Amino acid sequence: MEPGLYQVLFISTTLFFIGVYGFFTRRNLVTILMSVELILNSVNLNFIAFNKYLWPHRLDGVFFTVFIIAIAAAEAAVAIAIIINLYRSHQSIDVEKTEELKY
Amino acid sequence: MPDSLVIALIPLLPLTGFVLLGLFGKKIFRNNSGIVGTLLLLVATVLAIYIAYGYFFGYGKTNGVYQKLIPVHYSWLRFSENLSIDMGIILDPISVMMIFVVTFVSLMVHIYSLAYMKGEERYSTYFSFLSLFTFSMLGLVLSSNIFQIYIFWELVGVSSFLLIGYYYDRPSAVAAAKKAFIVTRFADLGFLIGILILSFYSNTLDFGLLIQRLTSPDSSQWRTATEASFLGISALTWGAALVFIGGAGKSAMFPLHIWLPDAMEGPTPVSALIHAATMVVAGVYLVARLFPVFAIGSPQAMHLVAYVGTVSAFLAAMIACTQTDIKRVLAFSTMSQIGYMMLSLGVSGFGTFDGSGYTASMFHLFTHAMFKALLFLCAGVIIHYVHSNEMNQMGGLRRKLPVTHISFLIACLAISGIPPLSGFFSKEEILFAAWRHNAVIYWMALITSGITAFYMFRLYFSIFWNKENSHQKEGGAQHAVEGGALMVLPLILLAIGSVCSGFIPFGNLVSFDGTPVESKPHISFSILPVGLGLLGILIAGWFYKKQNDRSDKIASSFSRIYQAVYHKFYIDELYLFITKKILFNLVGRPAAWFDKNIVDGLVNLTGNTTTMISEKIKGIQSGKLQQYAMYFLIGAAGLALFFIYYRR
Repeated sequence: MEPGLYQVLFISTTLFFIGVYGFFTRRNLVTILMSVELILNSVNLNFIAFNKYLWPHRLDGVFFTVFIIAIAAAEAAVAIAIIINLYRSHQSIDVEKTEELKY
Repeated sequence: MPDSLVIALIPLLPLTGFVLLGLFGKKIFRNNSGIVGTLLLLVATVLAIYIAYGYFFGYGKTNGVYQKLIPVHYSWLRFSENLSIDMGIILDPISVMMIFVVTFVSLMVHIYSLAYMKGEERYSTYFSFLSLFTFSMLGLVLSSNIFQIYIFWELVGVSSFLLIGYYYDRPSAVAAAKKAFIVTRFADLGFLIGILILSFYSNTLDFGLLIQRLTSPDSSQWRTATEASFLGISALTWGAALVFIGGAGKSAMFPLHIWLPDAMEGPTPVSALIHAATMVVAGVYLVARLFPVFAIGSPQAMHLVAYVGTVSAFLAAMIACTQTDIKRVLAFSTMSQIGYMMLSLGVSGFGTFDGSGYTASMFHLFTHAMFKALLFLCAGVIIHYVHSNEMNQMGGLRRKLPVTHISFLIACLAISGIPPLSGFFSKEEILFAAWRHNAVIYWMALITSGITAFYMFRLYFSIFWNKENSHQKEGGAQHAVEGGALMVLPLILLAIGSVCSGFIPFGNLVSFDGTPVESKPHISFSILPVGLGLLGILIAGWFYKKQNDRSDKIASSFSRIYQAVYHKFYIDELYLFITKKILFNLVGRPAAWFDKNIVDGLVNLTGNTTTMISEKIKGIQSGKLQQYAMYFLIGAAGLALFFIYYRR
């Protein structure tokens, strides 16, 4: 059976929620960063699916996807920098140890 | 019409003195503060004499009748057409007389204080307060509308408070200042209500218009004021009576007199100025100012004035016979003499109206200011010399303080009404007016004048004759005798005033409607008062001139009555009982309970509730990154659902 739009959307939604679950649950900051990348990429899949199945002769979805890839890369770099700084002050990258903003 | 600047300067010069000495006295003027204050007041006195001369012998008279002139008028707060609070200066016989009295006596007190208060740490503060008082009193007597007089009335009360409590490290002085202010403030409540009633019914605050509208029986305001009634008494009577209550508080009339004896805690020159010559006559001045309202508008209020005056005069004379503190005797003597002034104004409400009591009252005010200030200043010299206020620490001082002795004797003869001193003329006119209008009041006043002579000469003989006290022999020789020229000069000037002011033809100058009133002494009428006075002097001499125990024997044989009179008829205790046991417990405590538990409780309740809610909510800010992300997601999902399912 040829994959229809719904199948691809199903996959991208599943990936999205796996990413969200990972973001909410993991303790390692780098793993959280990986989950964020997963979320972003699932959105990319979403865009490409809509582009291929709904408007095959246009490229708007592809453009947006390329943007998101670039921005995801930049954001990953910034996030790594934050993690490095956090390690320097906390000697750990456990997210449960960063509670200074508590009331 | 006189130059309004000259008139406006008369109160403004002491005001300048107050501001200058208050702001710069401690640092810049220091020991020269007294001279600055005295010089400013000297100029004010000269201007007052100039204005008085010009008014009484120049422009004041039109067709033989003294006019009320208003040289300065300034519209201050215009709320509407009918309600406008203005500031103005009025010149009429009594206000011109009063500015002379106030500036002259104040000048004497200033000169005296230059020596008396020398070496005081707060020297400049004293003179600034004296200047404030002089300004307030001058403003009071020159006020042309009833609201302005209320403003200055309160200012005078404040100055009195400041000066009585001048020695603020003495708890008795602080308590006395508080008592004076609270009692007069309480009376001023009545005054304010009276002002509101009178100005409501006459639609004006100006004295001239108010009097005119409320005393002519064909004006519409008269009709509404006399028809409206509350508890069977017309509104006009209520207004006049309440205004009189305010005056009675300030003038220490029974039963609002309790503050005056305690006010003697202030320095003696202050007692001379405020509590003898000027502030305490403010009530008399007020009744005189509103005389037509009382006499024509509401004779019942006039009866109240007369009875209160008579009772105060008699009561105070009785109490003065038993007091041993020299200043307390003089304080009760003041209360008694002011009672005379009030009753003289009041008797015009009995019988046929002829306004003779008005002239007599103002005449007595004038002469009383002279001899009472003299008495207090002499008392200051004596107290300074003996270092004590008590009569039994004094005695035989006539050789040590000769000028004081003669001045004190002159003043005592004046107050006892012995001719040819001034007190005889003024008191005789009062008694004559009383005799013509109301017999009971006349006899009470007559008996009181006999008692007056007795207690004044009791004081005189105990101080200057009697046995020399061994206590003073060591202490007295250390000072310069009689305090020097600055303390003696005012005594001499005031003594001259006490002797000569009786010969002023007062009836030609001051009367209630400006037309001259005849006032000459009636010889056959005067025999009785003068005789009683001489009798009082002789009895006092028999008791007190030489050391004996006749007075103690009389005191012990009438011991119950003596104790009651000595304790001032327990009126102070009655007031304390009423305030502490009744007012504090029945009104104060429940009000405090309500305030603390209910009002504060409500506020605390809102505070505590807010805190409880915030404790519950603050958990949202947990510092956990993943929780924040969760809230973010929930919010975004909610918005998305909202926009997909409810906005389509």
